[in-house]
Amino acid sequence: MSRVWVWAEVGPDGPSPAALELLTKARDLGDEVAAVALGPGATAAAAELGAHGASTVFAGDDEPFRDVLARPAAIALHGLIAEHVPDLLLFPSTYDARDVAGRVQAMTGSALMAGAVDVPAIDRARTQIAGGSLFVDVALEGPAPHLVLVRPKSFTAEPADGAVDVRTVEIAAPAEVPAARRVERHREAAAGPKLEEAKVVISGGRGLQDPANFRLLDELAAAIGDAAVGASRAVVDAGWIPYSHQVGQTGKTVKPEVYLAVGISGALQHVVGMKGAKRVVAINKDPDAPIFRLADLGIVGDALTVLPALIAEVRARTGS
Amino acid sequence: MDISVLVKSIPDPGGDTVLGDDFLVRRAGDGTLDPGDEFAVEAALQLAEASDGEVIVITMGPEGAAAAVRRALSMGAHRAVVVTDDALRGADALATARVLAAALRHGPFDLVLAGVESTDGYTGTVPMTVAELLDLPSATFAKRLEIVDGVARIQRQTEDGYDVVECPLPAVVTLTAGATEPRYPTLKGIMGAKQKPLETLGLSDLGLTAADVAPTQRVVGVEPAPEKAAGQVVPADDTSAARIADLLADAKVL
Repeated sequence: MSRVWVWAEVGPDGPSPAALELLTKARDLGDEVAAVALGPGATAAAAELGAHGASTVFAGDDEPFRDVLARPAAIALHGLIAEHVPDLLLFPSTYDARDVAGRVQAMTGSALMAGAVDVPAIDRARTQIAGGSLFVDVALEGPAPHLVLVRPKSFTAEPADGAVDVRTVEIAAPAEVPAARRVERHREAAAGPKLEEAKVVISGGRGLQDPANFRLLDELAAAIGDAAVGASRAVVDAGWIPYSHQVGQTGKTVKPEVYLAVGISGALQHVVGMKGAKRVVAINKDPDAPIFRLADLGIVGDALTVLPALIAEVRARTGS
Repeated sequence: MDISVLVKSIPDPGGDTVLGDDFLVRRAGDGTLDPGDEFAVEAALQLAEASDGEVIVITMGPEGAAAAVRRALSMGAHRAVVVTDDALRGADALATARVLAAALRHGPFDLVLAGVESTDGYTGTVPMTVAELLDLPSATFAKRLEIVDGVARIQRQTEDGYDVVECPLPAVVTLTAGATEPRYPTLKGIMGAKQKPLETLGLSDLGLTAADVAPTQRVVGVEPAPEKAAGQVVPADDTSAARIADLLADAKVL
Protein backbone atom coordinates (compact mmCIF):
# COMPACT_ATOMS: atom_id res chain seq x y z
CA MET A 1 0.00 0.00 0.00
CA SER A 2 1.56 3.24 -0.98
CA ARG A 3 0.13 6.65 -0.29
CA VAL A 4 1.03 9.50 -2.60
CA TRP A 5 -0.14 13.02 -1.88
CA VAL A 6 -0.10 16.13 -4.02
CA TRP A 7 0.23 19.67 -2.68
CA ALA A 8 -2.44 21.33 -4.83
CA GLU A 9 -2.43 25.10 -5.20
CA VAL A 10 -5.84 26.57 -5.86
CA GLY A 11 -7.11 29.97 -6.91
CA PRO A 12 -10.34 31.61 -7.96
CA ASP A 13 -10.10 29.79 -11.33
CA GLY A 14 -9.69 26.35 -9.77
CA PRO A 15 -6.67 24.15 -9.21
CA SER A 16 -3.32 25.16 -10.74
CA PRO A 17 -2.25 23.27 -13.87
CA ALA A 18 0.67 21.86 -11.87
CA ALA A 19 -1.71 20.24 -9.36
CA LEU A 20 -3.39 18.29 -12.16
CA GLU A 21 -0.02 17.31 -13.70
CA LEU A 22 1.19 15.98 -10.35
CA LEU A 23 -2.05 14.09 -9.66
CA THR A 24 -1.77 12.40 -13.04
CA LYS A 25 1.69 11.16 -12.09
CA ALA A 26 0.60 10.28 -8.55
CA ARG A 27 -1.96 7.81 -9.98
CA ASP A 28 0.94 5.80 -11.46
CA LEU A 29 2.84 5.79 -8.19
CA GLY A 30 0.33 5.31 -5.41
CA ASP A 31 -2.46 2.92 -4.51
CA GLU A 32 -4.03 5.75 -2.59
CA VAL A 33 -3.85 9.29 -3.96
CA ALA A 34 -4.87 12.38 -2.03
CA ALA A 35 -4.58 16.11 -2.60
CA VAL A 36 -4.05 18.79 0.01
CA ALA A 37 -5.52 22.13 -1.06
CA LEU A 38 -5.35 25.02 1.39
CA GLY A 39 -6.71 28.47 0.60
CA PRO A 40 -9.98 30.07 -0.52
CA GLY A 41 -11.37 28.02 -3.42
CA ALA A 42 -10.06 24.71 -2.07
CA THR A 43 -13.41 23.02 -1.53
CA ALA A 44 -14.69 24.20 -4.90
CA ALA A 45 -11.58 22.69 -6.55
CA ALA A 46 -12.09 19.27 -4.98
CA ALA A 47 -14.20 17.86 -7.84
CA GLU A 48 -11.56 18.66 -10.45
CA LEU A 49 -8.77 17.33 -8.25
CA GLY A 50 -10.86 14.19 -7.83
CA ALA A 51 -11.37 13.89 -11.58
CA HIS A 52 -7.58 13.81 -11.92
CA GLY A 53 -7.18 11.03 -9.42
CA ALA A 54 -7.45 12.29 -5.85
CA SER A 55 -9.73 9.99 -3.89
CA THR A 56 -9.47 12.28 -0.89
CA VAL A 57 -9.08 16.05 -0.90
CA PHE A 58 -8.03 17.72 2.33
CA ALA A 59 -9.49 21.16 1.71
CA GLY A 60 -9.18 24.32 3.77
CA ASP A 61 -10.84 27.53 2.59
CA ASP A 62 -9.66 29.78 5.41
CA GLU A 63 -8.08 33.07 4.35
CA PRO A 64 -4.91 32.75 6.48
CA PHE A 65 -3.86 29.88 4.21
CA ARG A 66 -3.68 32.44 1.40
CA ASP A 67 -2.69 35.62 3.19
CA VAL A 68 -0.14 34.38 5.73
CA LEU A 69 3.10 33.05 4.28
CA ALA A 70 3.88 29.36 4.68
CA ARG A 71 3.40 28.83 8.40
CA PRO A 72 -0.35 28.04 8.67
CA ALA A 73 -0.11 25.77 5.62
CA ALA A 74 2.98 23.98 6.93
CA ILE A 75 1.43 23.45 10.37
CA ALA A 76 -1.82 22.09 8.88
CA LEU A 77 0.06 19.89 6.40
CA HIS A 78 2.29 18.51 9.11
CA GLY A 79 -0.78 17.64 11.18
CA LEU A 80 -2.19 15.67 8.26
CA ILE A 81 1.15 13.94 7.65
CA ALA A 82 1.39 12.88 11.28
CA GLU A 83 -2.12 11.46 11.15
CA HIS A 84 -2.04 9.66 7.77
CA VAL A 85 1.69 9.12 7.07
CA PRO A 86 1.87 9.37 3.28
CA ASP A 87 4.93 7.83 1.61
CA LEU A 88 5.49 10.58 -0.90
CA LEU A 89 4.40 14.19 -1.17
CA LEU A 90 4.68 15.95 -4.52
CA PHE A 91 4.89 19.74 -4.63
CA PRO A 92 4.94 22.15 -7.58
CA SER A 93 8.06 24.32 -7.86
CA THR A 94 6.29 27.55 -6.95
CA TYR A 95 7.53 30.07 -4.39
CA ASP A 96 4.76 29.29 -1.94
CA ALA A 97 5.18 25.53 -2.27
CA ARG A 98 8.95 25.78 -1.73
CA ASP A 99 8.34 27.68 1.49
CA VAL A 100 5.86 25.10 2.76
CA ALA A 101 8.05 22.12 1.77
CA GLY A 102 11.11 23.62 3.44
CA ARG A 103 9.21 24.14 6.68
CA VAL A 104 7.64 20.69 6.61
CA GLN A 105 11.08 19.15 6.16
CA ALA A 106 12.17 20.70 9.44
CA MET A 107 9.17 19.10 11.17
CA THR A 108 9.43 15.61 9.64
CA GLY A 109 13.19 15.23 9.05
CA SER A 110 12.35 13.83 5.62
CA ALA A 111 14.39 13.82 2.44
CA LEU A 112 13.61 16.78 0.17
CA MET A 113 14.44 16.84 -3.49
CA ALA A 114 13.95 20.00 -5.55
CA GLY A 115 13.97 20.50 -9.30
CA ALA A 116 12.72 16.99 -10.10
CA VAL A 117 11.81 16.31 -13.72
CA ASP A 118 10.54 12.79 -13.06
CA VAL A 119 9.53 10.62 -10.12
CA PRO A 120 10.20 7.03 -11.19
CA ALA A 121 9.09 5.48 -7.87
CA ILE A 122 7.90 6.54 -4.43
CA ASP A 123 11.50 6.55 -3.20
CA ARG A 124 13.17 7.89 -6.34
CA ALA A 125 13.44 11.26 -8.02
CA ARG A 126 15.23 12.29 -11.18
CA THR A 127 16.72 15.69 -11.87
CA GLN A 128 18.91 17.21 -14.54
CA ILE A 129 22.26 18.92 -14.17
CA ALA A 130 24.92 20.43 -16.39
CA GLY A 131 22.54 22.34 -18.65
CA GLY A 132 20.21 19.38 -18.90
CA SER A 133 22.90 17.14 -20.40
CA LEU A 134 22.87 14.67 -17.49
CA PHE A 135 20.08 12.92 -15.64
CA VAL A 136 20.75 12.30 -11.97
CA ASP A 137 18.73 9.67 -10.10
CA VAL A 138 18.42 10.14 -6.38
CA ALA A 139 17.26 7.56 -3.84
CA LEU A 140 15.12 9.10 -1.10
CA GLU A 141 15.56 7.63 2.37
CA GLY A 142 14.72 8.52 5.94
CA PRO A 143 11.36 9.24 7.56
CA ALA A 144 8.14 9.45 5.50
CA PRO A 145 7.02 11.29 3.54
CA HIS A 146 9.64 11.94 0.88
CA LEU A 147 9.20 15.53 -0.26
CA VAL A 148 9.71 16.18 -3.96
CA LEU A 149 9.40 19.54 -5.71
CA VAL A 150 8.64 18.89 -9.37
CA ARG A 151 9.42 21.26 -12.22
CA PRO A 152 6.39 22.57 -14.15
CA LYS A 153 5.23 20.60 -17.20
CA SER A 154 7.21 17.51 -16.24
CA PHE A 155 4.01 15.50 -16.70
CA THR A 156 0.94 15.95 -18.89
CA ALA A 157 -2.34 16.33 -17.00
CA GLU A 158 -5.02 13.80 -17.94
CA PRO A 159 -8.31 13.08 -16.18
CA ALA A 160 -8.59 9.66 -14.58
CA ASP A 161 -10.67 6.96 -16.28
CA GLY A 162 -14.15 6.39 -14.95
CA ALA A 163 -16.03 8.10 -12.19
CA VAL A 164 -14.00 9.01 -9.14
CA ASP A 165 -15.67 9.30 -5.81
CA VAL A 166 -14.04 12.21 -3.99
CA ARG A 167 -14.10 12.48 -0.26
CA THR A 168 -13.54 16.04 0.98
CA VAL A 169 -12.10 16.53 4.43
CA GLU A 170 -12.40 20.04 5.82
CA ILE A 171 -9.21 21.54 7.27
CA ALA A 172 -9.30 24.64 9.49
CA ALA A 173 -6.46 27.15 9.78
CA PRO A 174 -4.31 26.54 12.86
CA ALA A 175 -3.98 28.99 15.75
CA GLU A 176 -2.06 32.13 14.86
CA VAL A 177 1.75 32.17 15.13
CA PRO A 178 4.17 35.04 14.33
CA ALA A 179 4.32 35.06 10.54
CA ALA A 180 4.69 37.19 7.45
CA ARG A 181 1.44 38.46 5.99
CA ARG A 182 0.54 39.70 2.51
CA VAL A 183 -0.87 43.21 2.81
CA GLU A 184 -0.94 44.31 -0.85
CA ARG A 185 -0.91 42.61 -4.24
CA HIS A 186 0.46 44.14 -7.42
CA ARG A 187 -0.12 42.52 -10.80
CA GLU A 188 1.95 43.52 -13.78
CA ALA A 189 -0.43 43.77 -16.72
CA ALA A 190 0.82 41.92 -19.79
CA ALA A 191 -0.57 42.19 -23.31
CA GLY A 192 -1.02 39.12 -25.49
CA PRO A 193 -0.92 35.44 -24.52
CA LYS A 194 0.70 34.20 -21.31
CA LEU A 195 4.32 33.15 -21.51
CA GLU A 196 3.53 29.56 -20.51
CA GLU A 197 0.71 29.23 -23.02
CA ALA A 198 2.00 31.01 -26.14
CA LYS A 199 2.90 28.90 -29.19
CA VAL A 200 5.96 31.05 -29.77
CA VAL A 201 8.22 32.52 -27.11
CA ILE A 202 10.71 35.22 -28.07
CA SER A 203 13.25 35.86 -25.34
CA GLY A 204 15.85 38.56 -25.17
CA GLY A 205 19.16 38.78 -23.34
CA ARG A 206 22.20 40.98 -23.00
CA GLY A 207 22.82 40.78 -26.73
CA LEU A 208 19.98 43.24 -27.21
CA GLN A 209 22.41 45.80 -25.79
CA ASP A 210 19.77 48.22 -24.53
CA PRO A 211 16.46 47.79 -22.70
CA ALA A 212 14.75 49.89 -25.36
CA ASN A 213 15.46 47.17 -27.91
CA PHE A 214 12.95 44.85 -26.23
CA ARG A 215 10.48 46.86 -28.33
CA LEU A 216 11.69 44.83 -31.32
CA LEU A 217 10.69 41.60 -29.57
CA ASP A 218 7.26 43.06 -28.79
CA GLU A 219 6.83 44.01 -32.46
CA LEU A 220 7.86 40.54 -33.62
CA ALA A 221 5.49 38.91 -31.12
CA ALA A 222 2.62 41.12 -32.32
CA ALA A 223 3.39 40.24 -35.95
CA ILE A 224 3.42 36.50 -35.22
CA GLY A 225 0.24 36.65 -33.14
CA ASP A 226 0.26 33.78 -30.65
CA ALA A 227 3.62 34.82 -29.21
CA ALA A 228 4.91 36.11 -25.87
CA VAL A 229 8.10 37.87 -24.85
CA GLY A 230 10.50 36.28 -22.37
CA ALA A 231 13.88 37.25 -21.00
CA SER A 232 17.09 35.90 -19.53
CA ARG A 233 17.89 36.32 -15.85
CA ALA A 234 20.74 38.68 -16.69
CA VAL A 235 18.46 41.35 -18.13
CA VAL A 236 15.79 40.86 -15.47
CA ASP A 237 18.42 41.31 -12.73
CA ALA A 238 19.64 44.40 -14.57
CA GLY A 239 16.10 45.80 -14.42
CA TRP A 240 15.52 45.88 -18.20
CA ILE A 241 12.23 44.00 -17.99
CA PRO A 242 10.02 42.80 -15.10
CA TYR A 243 10.72 39.47 -13.47
CA SER A 244 7.41 38.06 -14.71
CA HIS A 245 9.08 37.66 -18.13
CA GLN A 246 12.01 35.60 -16.85
CA VAL A 247 12.43 32.15 -18.37
CA GLY A 248 14.65 29.70 -16.52
CA GLN A 249 15.40 27.95 -13.28
CA THR A 250 14.21 30.83 -11.13
CA GLY A 251 11.63 31.98 -13.65
CA LYS A 252 9.05 30.31 -15.84
CA THR A 253 9.23 27.00 -17.65
CA VAL A 254 7.96 27.16 -21.22
CA LYS A 255 7.38 24.48 -23.84
CA PRO A 256 6.34 26.38 -26.96
CA GLU A 257 6.28 25.17 -30.56
CA VAL A 258 9.11 27.57 -31.34
CA TYR A 259 11.50 29.32 -28.96
CA LEU A 260 13.52 32.24 -30.26
CA ALA A 261 16.53 33.09 -28.12
CA VAL A 262 17.76 36.54 -29.08
CA GLY A 263 21.11 37.64 -27.70
CA ILE A 264 21.00 34.93 -25.02
CA SER A 265 24.16 32.92 -24.38
CA GLY A 266 22.32 29.90 -22.98
CA ALA A 267 23.46 29.60 -19.38
CA LEU A 268 22.23 26.51 -17.52
CA GLN A 269 19.97 28.80 -15.49
CA HIS A 270 18.10 29.77 -18.65
CA VAL A 271 18.24 26.50 -20.54
CA VAL A 272 16.31 24.47 -17.96
CA GLY A 273 13.33 26.77 -18.49
CA MET A 274 13.13 26.35 -22.27
CA LYS A 275 14.73 23.09 -23.32
CA GLY A 276 11.32 21.50 -23.70
CA ALA A 277 10.58 23.75 -26.70
CA LYS A 278 9.81 21.79 -29.87
CA ARG A 279 12.11 23.96 -32.01
CA VAL A 280 14.73 26.46 -31.01
CA VAL A 281 16.04 29.38 -33.04
CA ALA A 282 19.03 31.28 -31.64
CA ILE A 283 20.50 34.56 -32.75
CA ASN A 284 23.83 35.45 -31.14
CA LYS A 285 27.03 37.21 -32.08
CA ASP A 286 29.21 34.63 -30.32
CA PRO A 287 29.54 31.45 -32.43
CA ASP A 288 30.58 29.53 -29.28
CA ALA A 289 27.46 30.49 -27.27
CA PRO A 290 26.08 27.32 -25.63
CA ILE A 291 22.57 28.18 -26.87
CA PHE A 292 23.65 27.08 -30.36
CA ARG A 293 24.02 23.49 -29.13
CA LEU A 294 20.24 23.44 -28.56
CA ALA A 295 19.32 25.32 -31.69
CA ASP A 296 17.58 23.81 -34.69
CA LEU A 297 18.54 26.98 -36.48
CA GLY A 298 21.34 29.21 -35.26
CA ILE A 299 22.13 32.60 -36.76
CA VAL A 300 25.55 33.94 -35.85
CA GLY A 301 25.25 37.69 -36.06
CA ASP A 302 23.89 40.87 -34.58
CA ALA A 303 20.30 40.50 -33.38
CA LEU A 304 19.71 44.19 -33.99
CA THR A 305 20.28 43.64 -37.72
CA VAL A 306 18.40 40.36 -38.01
CA LEU A 307 15.31 41.38 -35.99
CA PRO A 308 14.06 44.29 -38.16
CA ALA A 309 14.40 42.12 -41.27
CA LEU A 310 12.57 39.27 -39.54
CA ILE A 311 9.74 41.56 -38.41
CA ALA A 312 9.34 42.81 -42.01
CA GLU A 313 9.41 39.25 -43.36
CA VAL A 314 6.78 37.99 -40.89
CA ARG A 315 4.55 41.01 -41.56
CA ALA A 316 4.83 40.41 -45.30
CA ARG A 317 3.84 36.75 -44.89
CA THR A 318 0.99 37.28 -42.46
CA GLY A 319 -0.24 40.56 -43.85
CA SER A 320 -0.17 42.00 -40.34
CA MET B 1 20.23 45.91 14.51
CA ASP B 2 22.36 42.78 14.34
CA ILE B 3 22.04 40.70 11.22
CA SER B 4 23.26 37.21 10.41
CA VAL B 5 23.71 36.35 6.74
CA LEU B 6 23.75 32.75 5.55
CA VAL B 7 26.13 32.37 2.63
CA LYS B 8 27.43 29.54 0.51
CA SER B 9 30.77 28.85 -1.01
CA ILE B 10 30.37 27.52 -4.53
CA PRO B 11 32.99 26.16 -6.91
CA ASP B 12 34.77 28.86 -8.86
CA PRO B 13 32.80 29.01 -12.13
CA GLY B 14 36.14 29.17 -13.97
CA GLY B 15 37.64 26.18 -12.13
CA ASP B 16 37.66 22.52 -13.11
CA THR B 17 35.17 20.19 -11.46
CA VAL B 18 35.17 16.41 -11.63
CA LEU B 19 32.31 14.09 -10.79
CA GLY B 20 33.69 11.32 -8.55
CA ASP B 21 32.61 7.66 -8.41
CA ASP B 22 30.56 8.54 -5.32
CA PHE B 23 28.79 11.20 -7.45
CA LEU B 24 30.20 14.02 -5.33
CA VAL B 25 31.67 16.89 -7.24
CA ARG B 26 35.39 17.41 -6.67
CA ARG B 27 36.42 20.98 -7.14
CA ALA B 28 39.78 22.52 -7.84
CA GLY B 29 40.98 25.31 -5.57
CA ASP B 30 39.07 27.44 -3.09
CA GLY B 31 35.38 28.17 -3.35
CA THR B 32 34.00 31.58 -4.09
CA LEU B 33 31.11 33.49 -2.50
CA ASP B 34 27.94 32.55 -4.34
CA PRO B 35 27.15 35.69 -6.38
CA GLY B 36 23.48 35.24 -5.40
CA ASP B 37 24.45 35.79 -1.75
CA GLU B 38 26.07 39.18 -2.33
CA PHE B 39 22.65 40.86 -2.51
CA ALA B 40 21.85 39.63 1.00
CA VAL B 41 25.27 40.68 2.31
CA GLU B 42 24.76 44.15 0.84
CA ALA B 43 21.27 44.46 2.34
CA ALA B 44 22.63 43.42 5.73
CA LEU B 45 25.44 45.96 5.55
CA GLN B 46 23.04 48.78 4.71
CA LEU B 47 20.64 47.91 7.53
CA ALA B 48 23.48 47.51 10.03
CA GLU B 49 25.11 50.79 8.98
CA ALA B 50 21.81 52.63 9.46
CA SER B 51 21.37 51.22 12.97
CA ASP B 52 24.93 50.83 14.24
CA GLY B 53 24.57 47.07 14.26
CA GLU B 54 26.76 44.11 13.40
CA VAL B 55 26.78 41.77 10.42
CA ILE B 56 27.84 38.17 10.96
CA VAL B 57 28.26 35.87 7.96
CA ILE B 58 27.77 32.17 8.50
CA THR B 59 28.64 29.37 6.13
CA MET B 60 28.96 25.61 6.10
CA GLY B 61 31.36 23.92 3.76
CA PRO B 62 34.83 22.52 3.22
CA GLU B 63 37.84 24.43 4.53
CA GLY B 64 38.09 26.36 1.27
CA ALA B 65 34.70 27.88 2.11
CA ALA B 66 36.53 30.42 4.26
CA ALA B 67 37.34 32.25 1.02
CA ALA B 68 33.63 32.94 0.55
CA VAL B 69 33.17 34.53 3.96
CA ARG B 70 36.39 36.49 3.52
CA ARG B 71 34.80 38.16 0.53
CA ALA B 72 31.81 39.14 2.71
CA LEU B 73 34.20 40.41 5.41
CA SER B 74 36.02 42.51 2.84
CA MET B 75 32.68 44.00 1.77
CA GLY B 76 32.23 45.12 5.38
CA ALA B 77 30.76 42.29 7.46
CA HIS B 78 32.08 42.32 11.02
CA ARG B 79 32.80 38.68 11.69
CA ALA B 80 32.34 35.23 10.26
CA VAL B 81 31.55 31.69 11.31
CA VAL B 82 32.63 28.73 9.16
CA VAL B 83 31.26 25.32 10.07
CA THR B 84 33.41 22.60 8.60
CA ASP B 85 33.56 18.92 9.47
CA ASP B 86 34.43 15.69 7.66
CA ALA B 87 31.01 14.34 8.61
CA LEU B 88 29.44 17.07 6.48
CA ARG B 89 30.82 15.81 3.18
CA GLY B 90 27.84 15.28 0.90
CA ALA B 91 25.48 16.95 3.39
CA ASP B 92 21.96 17.42 2.02
CA ALA B 93 19.53 20.29 2.47
CA LEU B 94 18.25 19.06 5.85
CA ALA B 95 21.73 18.58 7.29
CA THR B 96 22.72 22.01 6.02
CA ALA B 97 19.68 23.61 7.62
CA ARG B 98 20.33 21.86 10.95
CA VAL B 99 23.92 23.06 10.99
CA LEU B 100 23.03 26.64 10.06
CA ALA B 101 20.21 26.74 12.63
CA ALA B 102 22.60 25.48 15.31
CA ALA B 103 25.18 28.12 14.34
CA LEU B 104 22.51 30.83 14.51
CA ARG B 105 21.55 29.73 18.02
CA HIS B 106 25.08 30.72 19.09
CA GLY B 107 24.62 34.42 18.65
CA PRO B 108 21.82 36.94 19.07
CA PHE B 109 20.37 38.44 15.92
CA ASP B 110 17.41 40.60 14.93
CA LEU B 111 17.26 39.36 11.36
CA VAL B 112 18.64 36.50 9.26
CA LEU B 113 19.20 37.13 5.56
CA ALA B 114 20.01 34.70 2.75
CA GLY B 115 19.85 34.42 -1.02
CA VAL B 116 16.82 32.66 -2.47
CA GLU B 117 18.81 29.66 -3.64
CA SER B 118 22.37 28.66 -4.36
CA THR B 119 23.80 29.08 -7.82
CA ASP B 120 25.14 25.50 -7.85
CA GLY B 121 22.35 23.56 -6.14
CA TYR B 122 19.12 25.52 -6.67
CA THR B 123 17.23 23.69 -3.91
CA GLY B 124 15.88 26.94 -2.52
CA THR B 125 14.34 25.56 0.67
CA VAL B 126 17.16 25.73 3.23
CA PRO B 127 16.32 29.21 4.65
CA MET B 128 12.72 28.15 5.36
CA THR B 129 13.87 24.94 7.00
CA VAL B 130 16.21 27.02 9.15
CA ALA B 131 13.33 29.35 10.03
CA GLU B 132 11.14 26.44 11.09
CA LEU B 133 13.93 24.87 13.16
CA LEU B 134 14.32 28.21 14.97
CA ASP B 135 10.54 28.75 15.21
CA LEU B 136 10.79 32.03 13.29
CA PRO B 137 8.60 33.67 10.67
CA SER B 138 10.04 33.96 7.18
CA ALA B 139 9.52 36.03 4.08
CA THR B 140 11.00 34.83 0.84
CA PHE B 141 11.84 36.15 -2.63
CA ALA B 142 12.19 39.74 -1.47
CA LYS B 143 13.15 42.11 -4.25
CA ARG B 144 13.04 44.98 -1.75
CA LEU B 145 13.45 45.00 1.99
CA GLU B 146 13.04 47.81 4.47
CA ILE B 147 12.57 47.88 8.21
CA VAL B 148 9.70 50.11 9.30
CA ASP B 149 8.88 50.43 13.01
CA GLY B 150 10.56 47.15 13.83
CA VAL B 151 8.71 45.25 11.11
CA ALA B 152 10.29 43.93 7.92
CA ARG B 153 8.38 45.29 4.93
CA ILE B 154 9.10 43.35 1.77
CA GLN B 155 8.21 43.41 -1.89
CA ARG B 156 7.89 39.70 -2.54
CA GLN B 157 8.29 38.53 -6.11
CA THR B 158 5.29 36.63 -7.48
CA GLU B 159 4.71 34.87 -10.78
CA ASP B 160 2.90 37.92 -12.19
CA GLY B 161 4.05 40.88 -10.14
CA TYR B 162 4.78 41.35 -6.46
CA ASP B 163 3.09 41.30 -3.08
CA VAL B 164 3.85 43.62 -0.21
CA VAL B 165 4.51 41.45 2.82
CA GLU B 166 4.95 42.49 6.44
CA CYS B 167 6.89 40.27 8.77
CA PRO B 168 7.54 40.64 12.51
CA LEU B 169 11.14 40.34 13.72
CA PRO B 170 13.22 38.35 14.35
CA ALA B 171 12.71 36.62 11.03
CA VAL B 172 14.42 34.91 8.12
CA VAL B 173 14.26 36.84 4.84
CA THR B 174 15.57 35.71 1.46
CA LEU B 175 16.57 38.25 -1.17
CA THR B 176 16.47 37.85 -4.94
CA ALA B 177 19.30 38.78 -7.27
CA GLY B 178 19.03 42.48 -8.03
CA ALA B 179 17.43 43.34 -4.67
CA THR B 180 20.46 45.50 -3.87
CA GLU B 181 23.57 46.63 -5.69
CA PRO B 182 26.40 44.77 -3.97
CA ARG B 183 29.44 46.95 -3.31
CA TYR B 184 32.89 45.96 -4.47
CA PRO B 185 35.37 45.39 -1.65
CA THR B 186 37.83 48.26 -1.39
CA LEU B 187 41.54 47.64 -0.96
CA LYS B 188 41.15 48.86 2.63
CA GLY B 189 38.27 46.43 3.07
CA ILE B 190 40.30 43.53 1.72
CA MET B 191 43.26 44.32 3.99
CA GLY B 192 40.98 44.90 6.99
CA ALA B 193 39.15 41.59 6.44
CA LYS B 194 42.27 39.68 7.44
CA GLN B 195 42.06 41.17 10.95
CA LYS B 196 38.40 40.39 11.46
CA PRO B 197 37.32 37.46 13.65
CA LEU B 198 36.72 34.26 11.71
CA GLU B 199 35.57 31.42 13.88
CA THR B 200 35.85 27.84 12.62
CA LEU B 201 33.51 25.36 14.27
CA GLY B 202 33.03 21.62 14.00
CA LEU B 203 29.83 19.64 14.49
CA SER B 204 30.54 18.93 18.16
CA ASP B 205 31.00 22.66 18.83
CA LEU B 206 27.38 23.05 17.74
CA GLY B 207 26.15 20.17 19.86
CA LEU B 208 25.42 18.08 16.77
CA THR B 209 26.45 14.52 15.98
CA ALA B 210 27.12 12.74 12.69
CA ALA B 211 23.68 11.13 13.02
CA ASP B 212 22.03 14.58 12.95
CA VAL B 213 23.54 15.26 9.54
CA ALA B 214 23.37 11.81 7.96
CA PRO B 215 22.10 12.28 4.40
CA THR B 216 18.53 11.20 3.63
CA GLN B 217 19.18 11.15 -0.07
CA ARG B 218 21.78 9.45 -2.19
CA VAL B 219 22.69 9.75 -5.84
CA VAL B 220 22.30 6.28 -7.34
CA GLY B 221 22.86 6.94 -11.00
CA VAL B 222 23.92 9.48 -13.57
CA GLU B 223 23.23 9.07 -17.25
CA PRO B 224 23.50 11.36 -20.24
CA ALA B 225 20.25 12.88 -21.44
CA PRO B 226 19.38 12.03 -25.05
CA GLU B 227 21.31 14.42 -27.25
CA LYS B 228 19.39 16.65 -29.53
CA ALA B 229 20.32 16.27 -33.20
CA ALA B 230 22.66 19.07 -34.19
CA GLY B 231 20.90 21.93 -35.95
CA GLN B 232 22.16 24.32 -38.57
CA VAL B 233 24.29 27.18 -37.33
CA VAL B 234 25.03 29.72 -40.04
CA PRO B 235 26.40 33.25 -40.24
CA ALA B 236 23.79 36.02 -40.52
CA ASP B 237 23.16 37.18 -44.06
CA ASP B 238 20.34 38.46 -46.28
CA THR B 239 18.55 35.12 -46.09
CA SER B 240 18.47 34.91 -42.25
CA ALA B 241 15.01 36.47 -41.86
CA ALA B 242 13.50 34.20 -44.52
CA ARG B 243 15.07 31.10 -42.97
CA ILE B 244 13.62 31.90 -39.55
CA ALA B 245 10.22 32.69 -41.10
CA ASP B 246 10.37 29.36 -42.99
CA LEU B 247 10.95 27.55 -39.71
CA LEU B 248 8.01 29.39 -38.12
CA ALA B 249 5.81 28.47 -41.08
CA ASP B 250 6.99 24.86 -40.91
CA ALA B 251 6.01 24.81 -37.21
CA LYS B 252 2.56 26.13 -38.26
CA VAL B 253 2.78 29.21 -36.08
CA LEU B 254 2.64 31.75 -38.91
